[in-house]
Amino acid sequence: MIKIRKNLGSRIFDTLNTVMLVFLMVLCVYPMIHVLFASVSELQKLSVHDGLMLYPLGFSLESYKKVFEKSFIFTGYYNSILYVGIGTALSLFLTSLGAYGLSRKNVLLAKPIMIMVVFTMFFSGGLIPTYLLVKDLGMVNHRIAVILPTAISTWNLIIMRTNFMGIPESLEESARLDGANDFFIFAKVIIPLSKPIIAVMLLFYGVGRWNDWFQAMIYLRDRDLYPLQLFLREILIQNQLEEMRFDEFDIDSLMLAETIKYSIIVIATLPIIFMYPMLQKHFVKGIMIGALKG
Amino acid sequence: MRMQSRLIAGRLKIKVDGFTAKVKRDLLRHKYIYIMLLPVVAYYFIFHYGPIYGAVIAFQDYSPALGVEGSTWVGFQNFTDFFHNYYFWRLIKNTVLLSFYLILFGFPAPIVLALMLNEVNNTRFKRTVQTVTYLPHFISLVVICGFIVNFTSRGGIINDIIETFGGERYNLLLKPELFRSIYVVSDIWQTVGWGSIIYLAALTNIDIELYQAAMIDGAGRWKQLMHITLPGIAPTVIIMLILRMGRIMTVGFEKVILLYLPSTYETADVISTYVYRMGLQKFSYSYSTAIGLFNSVINCSFLIFANYAGKKVNNTYLW
Repeated sequence: MIKIRKNLGSRIFDTLNTVMLVFLMVLCVYPMIHVLFASVSELQKLSVHDGLMLYPLGFSLESYKKVFEKSFIFTGYYNSILYVGIGTALSLFLTSLGAYGLSRKNVLLAKPIMIMVVFTMFFSGGLIPTYLLVKDLGMVNHRIAVILPTAISTWNLIIMRTNFMGIPESLEESARLDGANDFFIFAKVIIPLSKPIIAVMLLFYGVGRWNDWFQAMIYLRDRDLYPLQLFLREILIQNQLEEMRFDEFDIDSLMLAETIKYSIIVIATLPIIFMYPMLQKHFVKGIMIGALKG
Repeated sequence: MRMQSRLIAGRLKIKVDGFTAKVKRDLLRHKYIYIMLLPVVAYYFIFHYGPIYGAVIAFQDYSPALGVEGSTWVGFQNFTDFFHNYYFWRLIKNTVLLSFYLILFGFPAPIVLALMLNEVNNTRFKRTVQTVTYLPHFISLVVICGFIVNFTSRGGIINDIIETFGGERYNLLLKPELFRSIYVVSDIWQTVGWGSIIYLAALTNIDIELYQAAMIDGAGRWKQLMHITLPGIAPTVIIMLILRMGRIMTVGFEKVILLYLPSTYETADVISTYVYRMGLQKFSYSYSTAIGLFNSVINCSFLIFANYAGKKVNNTYLW
C-alpha cells in the first residue's frame, strides 16, 4: 500500500473531507428518516411541529391502519407486483438472449444488429409516435402496454453483452466438442456463470418497474390496472384525496390525510429498501465493467 | 486446359457466392443463435423502429382514422407552425437553461464526490458513504417529488428554516424563479452517489505505480491529484460529457410533469412537456411529433458536435 506522509495540511484536508462526506450521507438519508418518523408520530404533535425531525413525536400506528383500510392500496400493490414480476422476467429473458447472440464471435449479422440496437440510444421516434404505435397495436388500457414496449433497456443489454464476452471461450468450446448446441451452451454454460450480472439486471429492471409511473399514466385508463406509483402520485403530488373521502370533514381528518402521506411512502418504498442490501453487493462490480466499452 | 477452366469456374463461383449466399450460409450455421436473436430484433423493429417510421406524421396532417397512409402530406408546415409559436422561444430558453444548469452543477458533482472518496483511506467508511449515497437513485421519482412537494410547502421544513432566519413563509413550488434551483438541487441529490460509480471505476484503473513514483519524487497529494488522478480519469469524464451533450435538449421531463404547475410554466415548461401536453392531452399528434422530431435532431447534432470536439481536444470519442 502507499503510505502518505501526513503533514498538517494533509490532516486538515482529511478531516474536512470526512466531515463533508458525513454531511452528504446525512443529506441523503434525512428525507427518508423524516418520513419514517413522521409516519409513526402522533397527529397532534406532528401538526404543531416545526423543523427537523430527529425522533418520532410519540408513537402511533393510526395512519398505517387508515392506509390499509383503503382498497386502492391493495389494488396498487397487486398490480405493481404483477408488473414487476412479469415485466422483470420478460426483460431478463429477452436481454440475456440478445446479449448472448450479440456477444458471439463470427456471427455475420451480429454487428449490423448491434449497430441497429445502439442507434436507438441516440435517436428515437419520440413520445407521440410510440404512443400511437401502442394504440394501433390495441394495447392501450391493457396490462401489456406497461410491460412490453419497455421490455429491453439497451443500456442493460450492452452491459450484459460485455459481461458475456468476458467469459472464457474454452468453456464454450469444450461443450461444443461434446456436441452441445447454442441453446445448451446458453442455458448450461453461460447463465450459470453469470449470476452476479443477473442479480444486477434483476435489481435494475425490478426497481425500474416498481418505480415506473409514466408508462402506466399514458397507457392505462382503468384505475383497477394502476400500479402503486400512480396512486401515490395522486396522493402525494396531485393532492387528490378523493380516495380518502372522510365521513366528517374536520381538522382531525385533514391531519390524518397529512399523515397518510407519510405512511404510504413508507409502504411503497419498503420493498426497495429490503431488496437493496441483498443485491447491492453485486452491482458495483457488475455495472461498470461493460459500460465504457459500449 | 481442364484444370484451368476448373480454376476459372472456381473463381467465378467465389464471385457468385456473394453477400446473400454468405448470409444464408451464416444463418444456417448459426441458426440457433439467430433463433435466439429473433425476438430481440423483432422487439427493436416494432417498438423502436416502428415509432421512427411513425414519426413521418410530423410531415402530415395526421388523423388516426386515416392512418399514416391515408393522411395528407403538409411538408414542413408543422415545423414552421412551431417556430412561429408564441411559446417557441420560451420553450427553447427553458429547456436549454435547465439543461445548462444541470450540466454546470450536476455534471461535476459526482466527479468531485469520486475524488473525495478516493482520498479516504478507511475502506469501511468509504463503502458506507457509497452505499448511503446510492440509495436515492433507487427511490421512485414519484416519492422524491413527494419529498420535494412536502419539504417546499408552506409548512415544510425549508420554510421552517427560512422563518428561523427571519424570512417569510411561502409555497416555493409556486415561485417560477425558484423552479430551476429546486429541480437542479434535487437532481444532484438523487444522482450524485450513483453517478460517481463510473468515476470510481475509472480511478481504480489508474496504475498505482504512478503514485509511488510521484511520491518518490516528492509530489504531495495535491500534485498527485493534478498530475496523475485527473489526467487518469479524463477520458471517462470526456466520454460522459459527450453522452451528456447528446441529451442536452432532453431534461428528465417526468420530473417536470410531476412538479410544474400552470403558475410556473414561465420557467418550467420545456419542449418535452409541451410535446406531452400537445400530443396526449390536446391530441395534436402531427404537431407534437414534429416538435419531438425537431428536439431529437438537435440532440443528435449536439452529440455529433461533442464527439467531434472530444476527438480534437483529447482524442477521446465514441465513434
